[in-house]
Amino acid sequence: MSHKVTIPIGPYHSLQEEPEFYQLTVDGETVIDIDVRIGYVHRGIEKLAESMSYHKIIFLVERICGICSTSHPIASVQAIEDAGGIEVPDRALYIRTIVAELERLHSHMLWLGLAGHFLGYNTVWMWAWKYREIVCDLFEAITGSRQSYAMMKVGGVQRDIEDEYIPGLIKGMDDTLRALDMFKGAVLDDPVLGARLKGIGILSKEDALSYSALGPTSRASGVDKDVRRDDPYAAYDRVKWNVITQKEGDVFAKAVIRILEMYESVSIIKQCVQKMPKGSIDSNPKEIPPGEGIGHAEAPRGEVFHYIRSDGTNSPARYKVRAPTYMNFPTFKATVIGETISDATIILAAIDPCYCCTERKMTAVNQKTRKRSFTGDDMIKLSQEKTRRLYKRMTGKELR
Amino acid sequence: MKVLFYFLILPGFLFTAAAGLLSSWIDRKVTARVQWRVGPPFLQPLIDIVKLLGKETILPSTANKITFLLSPVIGLVGITLVSTLLWIMDANPNASFIGDLIVVLYLLAIPSISVIMGGFSSGNPIASIGASREMKLLLSYELPFILAILVPVIKSGGLIKIGQLLNYQAHNGVFAGSASGAIALVVAIICMQAKLALVPFDMPEAETELIGGPIIEYSGTVLAMYKLTRAMMLFTLPVFLVIIFIGGIELAFPAAIWGILKIVGLLVIIILIRNTNPRLRIDQAVKLFWGPITGLAVLAVVLAFLGK
Repeated sequence: MSHKVTIPIGPYHSLQEEPEFYQLTVDGETVIDIDVRIGYVHRGIEKLAESMSYHKIIFLVERICGICSTSHPIASVQAIEDAGGIEVPDRALYIRTIVAELERLHSHMLWLGLAGHFLGYNTVWMWAWKYREIVCDLFEAITGSRQSYAMMKVGGVQRDIEDEYIPGLIKGMDDTLRALDMFKGAVLDDPVLGARLKGIGILSKEDALSYSALGPTSRASGVDKDVRRDDPYAAYDRVKWNVITQKEGDVFAKAVIRILEMYESVSIIKQCVQKMPKGSIDSNPKEIPPGEGIGHAEAPRGEVFHYIRSDGTNSPARYKVRAPTYMNFPTFKATVIGETISDATIILAAIDPCYCCTERKMTAVNQKTRKRSFTGDDMIKLSQEKTRRLYKRMTGKELR
Repeated sequence: MKVLFYFLILPGFLFTAAAGLLSSWIDRKVTARVQWRVGPPFLQPLIDIVKLLGKETILPSTANKITFLLSPVIGLVGITLVSTLLWIMDANPNASFIGDLIVVLYLLAIPSISVIMGGFSSGNPIASIGASREMKLLLSYELPFILAILVPVIKSGGLIKIGQLLNYQAHNGVFAGSASGAIALVVAIICMQAKLALVPFDMPEAETELIGGPIIEYSGTVLAMYKLTRAMMLFTLPVFLVIIFIGGIELAFPAAIWGILKIVGLLVIIILIRNTNPRLRIDQAVKLFWGPITGLAVLAVVLAFLGK
C-alpha cells in the first residue's frame, strides 16, 4: 500500500539559512519526487548593474553572496578587464589569489559546520566555526572587514597587503593547518559519520556531466574540472597545487573534497605570500571601449560566470551573472529521489547551495499547459494595478 | 493525604521537576562548554518553562483535540509516578511491592507513548513521520533495555522487587562491579540515550529534518509539559540505573554526595555521547539495537546465568 505525503522544506525552514522551497513527495520515509522552487530573494542585480558605473558594479556584485563575496567581484573585474583589454599588475594578481583562497577556507569551514548541524552533530558545527574565526580575523586585518572585503578593482586591487601583516598571515595559516588536521581526523575517521554519509546521495559521473554540475559537487563524482587550473586567472598558474577529485560521488566524498581543498588553499596562500613581487597594485584604467567580456572564477561552490557588454559609456549595456548553485540545483533529481527524508536534508545541503546568488529571474509556468502564465507586459499591468489599488486605499482617490 | 504529598511534592512532581530542570541546566551548560560557548544562566530552564506557560496554546484545526491536549499530561503523570516510586523505594527498601520493577519498566515507556499519541493526533504530516519514528525507536530499544534490566534480577537469584535489589547490592556489592552487570549497564546507558531521544537517537524530533517532529504543533502550556517531561526523564532515568546497577542513593548526609555524584556521572556520560555523535538514520538505529546491542544484552544475560 502506498501513501503519498508531501513534505515541504521551506520557504522558511530551520534547515535553511535562506528562503527557498523544496517540495518532497514521500512514500513512508522514502522520497519519490522533489520539486525545487526558488525566487524568494530575487533582487534584480543584473538590472541594477546596468544602471551603475563600472567602478560601482564591483561593490554591487560583492553583495550577490555573503559567503563567496570575493568570487563574484573577481569574475566581474575579469569580465570588465576582458572587455577593455586591461592589464593587471602582478602584485595585484597575487593579492587576488590570496583573498580568493582565504575565502575558500572560510566558506568550506562554514559548510563543514553547517553539515554537522544538519546531521545533529552540533559540536562539529561550533568547532568548525570557531576555527573559521582565524580566517575571518585575517580578513579583518588584511582587508578591513570580516565579510564583503571590497578588495577588487578594475585593473588591480583596492588595498595592498602590507609587509607587516605577512607574519600574522603565515601564523594564521599554520593554526588553520592544525585545525584542519583535527577535522580530518574527527570527520573522516568517525565511524558514525561514515555510516550516515557514505553511499547516500550518489551523483554518478555521467549524471554530473549531463547536469553540468560544478565545483566540489562535480569533483566529488570524479569530474576533473576546476577553472583555476583549466583557464587560469589571478596567480593560479604561478603556484603549485592539485585539483582534488574523488570517485564515489556521495555526500562523504563531497565532505572529503572540501576538507582536502582547504589544505590546497593553505598551500596556495603560503606560496603566494613568498612569491608576491613588489610594485604597483593598480593599473588605473580610464575607459572601457565598446565590446564584450567574460570573466569566471572558481568560487567555493563552483564556477562563477559573469558576462558584460559595453557600449562605450561608463555603465554596461548588459550584465549577466551565473552562480554555481544554478547548475548544481538540478542534480537533486539524480541524488535525492530514492533516499530517505533523513538523508534528503544532508544531500540538499551537500552541494553547499547558495540561493540568493542563484536568483536571477523567474517565469511562472502553468503546470498543465506548460505555458507561461504571465508575460512581461502582464507583470507590468499587475504592478500598475497594485499601485492604483494602494494609491486609492491611501488617498481615497483614483490614480490618473 | 500522605500519598498525595508523596506524589505532588516530595519526591514526586515538584522535586522531580526541580531536579530535572537542574539536570537540563547541567546538560545545556556542559554542552555549551564542550562547544566553546558560554551557556545559559542557572535559572534559564525554569525561565523557559514559565515563559511557555504564559504563551497561547494553539489548537490545530486538523487535530483530535482531546488526545492532542491529554497526551502531554499522560507523559508527565507517567514520569512523575516513576520518580515517586523510585525515591520511596530508595529511601525505604521495605516499602517495595512484588513486581514493582516491572511496573517501573512499563511506566518508563509511557512518556514515549504520549509523544507518539500527541504526534499522531496533531494531524500534521511531519508530526506523524516523527511519531512513527518514535514508535520504531521504542520497539527497537525496549528489547535490549529489558534484557539489561534482567541481569540484576538473575544475579540476585530472581529478586524482582527494587527494594530487594537494593538490599542485595548493599550486602554483596553493586551489580555494575561484575562482568555481566557492567555489560548490562553499558547496554542500559545506550538504551537510555534513545529513551531520552538525544543525539544520536534524536531522529523523532530531528530539528533540522522534522523541525521538532511530534511536538511541531504544540505550543504554550502543553509544549511546556513536554519540555518538563523531557527534563524530568533526564533526571529520573539516571536515578533508575543508579538504583538498579550501582547500589542506589543513600539519603544520609555524607553518603548522599556519593549518590549525587553517581547520578551526575551518568548525566555527564549522556551529555558526552550526545555531543560527540551525529544523528543516526532510523533504520540504522533499529539495526543497531536489534543487532549488536541486543547481542551484547544477551551476552550479559548468559554471563549472569553463569554467575560472572
